[in-house]
Amino acid sequence: MWEAIQSNKRKSVLLIVMLALVLAALGGAIGFYIQPHYPEDGIFFGVIAAMIVWIVMLLISVAGGERILLASAGAHEIKYDDAPQLFNIVEEMKIASGLPAMPRVFIIDDHVPNAFAVGLKPERAAVAVTTGLMSKLTRDELQGVIAHEIGHISNRDTLFMTMAGVTVGAVIIIADLFLRGLFYSSLAGGRRRSSSKDGGQGQIIILVVSLVLAILAPLLAQILYFATSRKREYLADASAAQFTRYPEGLASALEKISAGQSKEYKKSRTLAPMYIVNPMAASGKAVGLFSTHPPTEDRIRVLRGMSSGSSLAEYEKAFRTLHRDAGVIGANNLKASEEKGIRQPQAEKVEHKKSLRDIKDVLHKAAGYGLLTCVCGLKMKIPPNFEHKKVKCPRCKRVYDVPVEFLAATAAADQSQQK
Amino acid sequence: MGLIIVVAVLVILVVWIIGMYNGLVRLRNQVKNAWSQIDVQLKRRHDLIPNLVETAKGYMKHERETFEEITKARSQAIQANSVSDKSKAESELSGALSRFQLVVENYPDLKANQNFLSLQEELTTTENKVGFSRQFYNDQVLKFNTRIESFPTNIMAGMFGFTQSDFFEIETPAEREVPKVKF
Repeated sequence: MWEAIQSNKRKSVLLIVMLALVLAALGGAIGFYIQPHYPEDGIFFGVIAAMIVWIVMLLISVAGGERILLASAGAHEIKYDDAPQLFNIVEEMKIASGLPAMPRVFIIDDHVPNAFAVGLKPERAAVAVTTGLMSKLTRDELQGVIAHEIGHISNRDTLFMTMAGVTVGAVIIIADLFLRGLFYSSLAGGRRRSSSKDGGQGQIIILVVSLVLAILAPLLAQILYFATSRKREYLADASAAQFTRYPEGLASALEKISAGQSKEYKKSRTLAPMYIVNPMAASGKAVGLFSTHPPTEDRIRVLRGMSSGSSLAEYEKAFRTLHRDAGVIGANNLKASEEKGIRQPQAEKVEHKKSLRDIKDVLHKAAGYGLLTCVCGLKMKIPPNFEHKKVKCPRCKRVYDVPVEFLAATAAADQSQQK
Repeated sequence: MGLIIVVAVLVILVVWIIGMYNGLVRLRNQVKNAWSQIDVQLKRRHDLIPNLVETAKGYMKHERETFEEITKARSQAIQANSVSDKSKAESELSGALSRFQLVVENYPDLKANQNFLSLQEELTTTENKVGFSRQFYNDQVLKFNTRIESFPTNIMAGMFGFTQSDFFEIETPAEREVPKVKF
């Protein structure tokens, strides 16, 4: 496992170095354009400025990247008592993968099933799932999804893909600013061009070169980033099969998740590569240079092709039979792989009634809401700062006392806030 | 010049031996750490059983033998000390518990009991955790034992008294039995 992480690390560092080179080239080209009379100075300052933007963005993402991502996805942290099964599954996968610490668990209030993981270090990672995912999947399937996310954490994808994503972001922002600046300055009458008296032709060549770089750099950066992202998805699938020893769990979960994606689902572009199934992809069949994920059908077929084992080697074999080209796992990962066999499915002995509504209650409880069930069957959610001692059922108009322990909890929360 | 070469070779040799020794210590600690993880899960399982039996007893009046078997296997598992003894006792306990889970199917009232439901989730997850931490432990043991056996680390291991660790095997009926086809 350690050797595999080392090899992944080298490749990811290479990717980030390449992205940084693209960024530096872009900065240099812009500097050259701005200072055509002193090209050395222009290129030098352009590169330095681009690197400063990059480092500032990296520092921000290291300092609070996880929090920003989780908050922008609308994720709420939950405790063990809120959802014991989910917690148990995360802990099982933590043990299977040998992570050093238990990841934090988050729930997103959304009927569309999906999940993602964040964490620059395995010691402070987090897993987030939507309420839709919890309500639609069986225990085995949920285990497969969590294993895939933990796979991203233990393969260090959450670290490197965040850093690569930030670099791509820097390239896009700088190129965008430059092109906009160019557009507005040409609108303003091309002051720069009139001021240059010597060699109008050289000026035009410089303009064309920097323009081409400004347009190509973001595309190049994104192609590099997404190609790596797709490979990482396969690798995380393989890790999930290895951790759970049950590839079918993830396969049928992926089937349900991709069937559950709805078109009106709007999520930020930056988060898209992190989800288990890309929420932005419409059908998920075609794979282009700009796909963050491999087509889900293909991932399912590879997982179902693992007939005789659950190791990374078996995944590689199944992948090669389907694609007839180079594998995805990498020689170093394969060396660390060991066959453990496929386990029996966990027959769902007791059909857990997991309605979406029950899981939403979990969310409300985590947010500090109190629940009061009326005789008529209606569940009333009492907000955390509820001040009245009585509450009336909106359906049958019965009046209830607000439970004492809940009032006490509210008072305690108030006091701690006042402190 | 010659002296410098001799000293350099000696220094490299010493650094190499220190590295080898520290590598062995690190692996041995990983084995110990992995074992303590299994131990935590086994203890949890032992603690869970009295609760489970107590809840199920009221519903399952005709399954005295199943309960006796579980209770006996549990007390044996608690008393076991060495890794190989524990392997055996825990295998038996796993077998008894999976037989219990099969019998539960015949008692719909019990399956509707909320308390029992959460106990059963606890049992499932504990069984899984025992399984996964056992895998992890055995991986570490394999690494450690391979290192001890291979040259030249085996000389070091002999000198400093590193001995091979035992694997922890639990045979559960589900994994042992070949699926039977009935006609």
